Amino acid sequence: MYETHYHRASSIQDAVKLKQAAGEGKYLAGGMTLIPTMKQRLAAPTDLIDLRHVSEMRGIKVTGKTVRIAAATTHFEVASSAELAAVCPAICGLASHIGDPHVRHMGTIGGSLANNDPAADYPSAMLALDATIVTDRREIAAGDFFTGLFETALEDGELVTAITFEAPAKAAYQKFANPASRYAMAGVFVARRDNGDVRVAVTGAGSSGVFRHKGMETALSSNWSPDALANVPVDASDLLSDIHADATYRANLVKVMAKRAVAAA
Amino acid sequence: MAKITMTVNGRQVSGQCHDRTLLVHFIRENLGLTGTHVGCDTSQCGACVVHMDGMSIKSCSTLAAQAAGSEITTIEGLAANGELHPVQAAFKANHGLQCGFCTPGMVMTAVDMIRRHGGQLDEATVRAELEGNICRCTGYHNIVKAILAASAEMGGARVAAE
Ligand SMILES: Cc1cc2nc3c(=O)[nH]c(=O)nc-3n(C[C@H](O)[C@H](O)[C@H](O)COP(=O)(O)OP(=O)(O)OC[C@H]3O[C@@H](n4cnc5c(N)ncnc54)[C@H](O)[C@@H]3O)c2cc1C
Ligand code: FES
Ligand code: FES
Repeated sequence: MYETHYHRASSIQDAVKLKQAAGEGKYLAGGMTLIPTMKQRLAAPTDLIDLRHVSEMRGIKVTGKTVRIAAATTHFEVASSAELAAVCPAICGLASHIGDPHVRHMGTIGGSLANNDPAADYPSAMLALDATIVTDRREIAAGDFFTGLFETALEDGELVTAITFEAPAKAAYQKFANPASRYAMAGVFVARRDNGDVRVAVTGAGSSGVFRHKGMETALSSNWSPDALANVPVDASDLLSDIHADATYRANLVKVMAKRAVAAA
Repeated sequence: MAKITMTVNGRQVSGQCHDRTLLVHFIRENLGLTGTHVGCDTSQCGACVVHMDGMSIKSCSTLAAQAAGSEITTIEGLAANGELHPVQAAFKANHGLQCGFCTPGMVMTAVDMIRRHGGQLDEATVRAELEGNICRCTGYHNIVKAILAASAEMGGARVAAE
């Protein structure tokens, strides 16, 4: 790992100021992506601004159906929140299958979203739940946030402070995990609103990252059942191919995960 | 170089290290506590698991600077008054180790797992919870057995105490 300078932020304002003052600095949340990347010398930030001690960036608040998860809240905290499980158990289930217990004790939702790994789990939940990503300077709709592989709408130095969403009537997430890494080879989050609106978001499979599947959304909004997906085509031409799974296999996985998610919701 | 201070196994310690120094290297090299191992370079094997403020973490993927001011427990901190911790005793009784390289991380993981599940563990849960710990020798079978035995004993002890 190259030399770096560590700073511990005490507030959101302090974090943004420290980042502005730093050369090629980076925010450090759980470090579960950033530290391994730095160890491999694939990232070499001059400064690290630690967010773990910013108390206003931690915690989960549920008011009626409105959910607010502060950005430095860990996967473990999301997975084990009884308050959250009462309105949206799907997101708790998703968090409980990220990596392993030690990764979940450190890794955060804000870090996962800012990183936008094409195989990460949370981006699919944000898209399907029509969440809002709150930053130090504005609010960004999930639909505008994920712009490509490891790319987001975040500007230089912009800090994700929280995410908010309205809990849906029904939702579920199913992933086919890579047997070695446990990242999604195909993960599908489905959500249905009281008014019948349906969103289906797919992670792990798209060659430009997380995406919504409009065909499945249309089919499910007229008939909320796994069978409704039987004849909906999943186009393999935009999907990832690698040594673990080629695009046609992934297309099939997307369909199977979507059916399982609807059955589980 | 900066001086950092933390509590390790109940004792306040400080040491000079770089901001980039990993917690595992601080523990092994500054403090001389070599029970915590490094088994991989990809954050996947769990040989380096310690507890930070009561939670299991991978000390190879955490900076010493991040841990400054926290309470760390390593494998050396488990046994009390020369008596093995129940999880250590269960690994011994159930032959839950062969070469022993993964064992410190396995034991620290097991202690954390048993605490979170309050002694209510079944085999499927133990296997799922071991996702972040790799053992090249045992085939996991006796590790799972040891954790279940320790969990039953510690859960039983808790019930008896209540
Ligand atoms: C062994 C292992 C297995 C894993 N398995 C999975 C898995 O199955 N599914 C999955 O989804 N993920 C998985 N992960 C990744 C894990 O979820 C990470 O925790 C997550 O991707 C990054 O979160 P973090 O808090 O650790 O961020 P960090 O590593 O601290 O930061 C990641 C990036 O985000 C930036 N950043 C962090 N917080 C903010 C913020 N609030 N605002 C703006 N930028 C910010 C940082 O500057 C950095 O560029 C795994 C990781 C490991 C090590
Ligand atoms: S040494 Fe930490 S996970 Fe392998
Ligand atoms: S006992 Fe040898 S690696 Fe586990």
